[in-house]
Amino acid sequence: MGDAMSRYRNDPQAIRALVRPDEIHRDVYLDRELFDLEMEQLWRHSWIYVGHDSQVPNAGDFYTTQLAREPVIMIRGADGLVRVLPNRCAHKGTRLATAVHGKCVGGLLRCPYHGWTYRLDGKIRTIPLKSGYDGTAFEQSEAARGLREISSVNYRGFVFARLSASGPDFETYFGESLSSIDNMVERSPQGRLEVAGGVLRYLHDCNWKLFVENLNDAMHPMVAHESSAGTAKKIWEASGPAGPPPMVIEQFAPFVNGYDFFDKMGVKVFANGHSYTGVNFSIHSQYSQVGEYERRMEEAYGAERARHILGEVRHNTVYYPSLTIKGAIQAIRVARPLAVDQTLIESWTFRLVGAPEALLARTTTYSRLINSPTSVVGHDDLHCYRSIQEGLAGGGDWVSLHRNHSPTEAVSAAGTYGATNEVPMRSQFRAWAEFMTLGLGGAQT
Amino acid sequence: MSDMEVVAADALTNFVYHEARLLDEKRFDEWYELFTDDARYWMPLTRGQPNAETFTSLFYEDKLLLRIRIERLRHPNAFSQQQPGFCQHVLQHPAVETADPRASHYVTRTPFVYFESQLDRQLILGGVTYHHLTLVDGALRMRLKKIELVNCDAALPSIQLLL
Repeated sequence: MGDAMSRYRNDPQAIRALVRPDEIHRDVYLDRELFDLEMEQLWRHSWIYVGHDSQVPNAGDFYTTQLAREPVIMIRGADGLVRVLPNRCAHKGTRLATAVHGKCVGGLLRCPYHGWTYRLDGKIRTIPLKSGYDGTAFEQSEAARGLREISSVNYRGFVFARLSASGPDFETYFGESLSSIDNMVERSPQGRLEVAGGVLRYLHDCNWKLFVENLNDAMHPMVAHESSAGTAKKIWEASGPAGPPPMVIEQFAPFVNGYDFFDKMGVKVFANGHSYTGVNFSIHSQYSQVGEYERRMEEAYGAERARHILGEVRHNTVYYPSLTIKGAIQAIRVARPLAVDQTLIESWTFRLVGAPEALLARTTTYSRLINSPTSVVGHDDLHCYRSIQEGLAGGGDWVSLHRNHSPTEAVSAAGTYGATNEVPMRSQFRAWAEFMTLGLGGAQT
Repeated sequence: MSDMEVVAADALTNFVYHEARLLDEKRFDEWYELFTDDARYWMPLTRGQPNAETFTSLFYEDKLLLRIRIERLRHPNAFSQQQPGFCQHVLQHPAVETADPRASHYVTRTPFVYFESQLDRQLILGGVTYHHLTLVDGALRMRLKKIELVNCDAALPSIQLLL
């Protein structure tokens, strides 16, 4: 494919022109070249979620995944630090580890092909018949440098990586949005989370952005989820309930709350496309409490601080572009783009260390009901994403994001709004345009 | 145990075939009645999964959740099924794993292939189903239907009907 076929690769202006203040061009969901550029630019210059450090508790433990199509390994070193390394032998590119979770034998990563071995920090330890490289330019080559550690930050257990050497630092990139992770961690009486309960892996045949946008879309639940959550609510009410509703009804029913509820929960928008819904309350606010848990929280933090932590019941926080979290119920969803119209959504759940196991049962139940490939809620969401993908393929150049748009809205749109505002999506696409063109040169207009 | 009733192997295997046929023919109300009141319909997410509380499952439904699922499939605004989906189970002959008439407890093991189609899309899944059966007023009922997918840990697309 020569440049003659390229519409966007060498034209940052054309990429920026896809994002208007209140509209976006359909190519952002459909164009294969833009998808490649997303993986090369946006997903390499921003901070992408890798995994949780509880997945690799001991030295030599590893977890493998892909970031922007690049195979990586998250590994705990002999020094106790968690690093992110390319999962690719420096010799010929063989993947060094193929299990999702594993442990290095003898504290070394060993290539299954020619037996090169690496220390847990990525440096080469041995190469068989090393003398074969004597008198060659090997020592000056990229291969001799071993596995080049990828920039990563372990934020309270959540490990993020930035594949590119350039781009904003971690704190600047996420800013105050990190308060959602803080709240999730502080919900443990010991201030510690552990991955638990397994991972749901739901294949979405749609562009990754449709999923991420939906997490702060407060205008769809009462429509898209009428047949599932609405039916659950009706069946429960018709059963003439004598007592309080079971957990599954508590979890389903709020999805069909009215527009007023969803607007008033509020949305907070940060720079770089991050945001959270549920500033004031959320669909998780009315869950029945586990008394023993509150007692342990008060013991750990004192009554006032415990009340403050548990009173923060956010809905979804988007850590653009890869991670969305529900701190209030200790569940996260990770977007792994596979192709322009293929995205893997992983749902991970967490144990609040020191809290009753009933809290883990609540989050595994929620994840099963809402995030599983069998979810009656998820089916209608994915149906809508796919329908957008198919609908736009045939035309309709511009997608409207006008709802509550103000002509004076700042580029980052940072601030607090009614949650039915489409401002989180506008903020995401402005970050998209910026990070898509950071590495391409040319002044932003 | 004078009223102890022994269920013949044929009756157990016929039950399993009949149960799958009801799903394939979308006779959901009849199917729903084949469960005991405290039954579970379970598809674990991992191999050898010990429970459905501290582990997430693909399905773990009591009769309330099954009723919601059935009514939702009939709902005019079940958007993902407006173009209706269909399924077909292909079962290997069930093996009787446990037959304990005293406890009225019977377990069958049935390897299966499952097709789910929706216009031009088709999903094929395979695995083993365990039926835990008991007699209620002389009729066989499921206490537990447990489906172990061979690829339970795979990235899966929407599974919209019932295995």
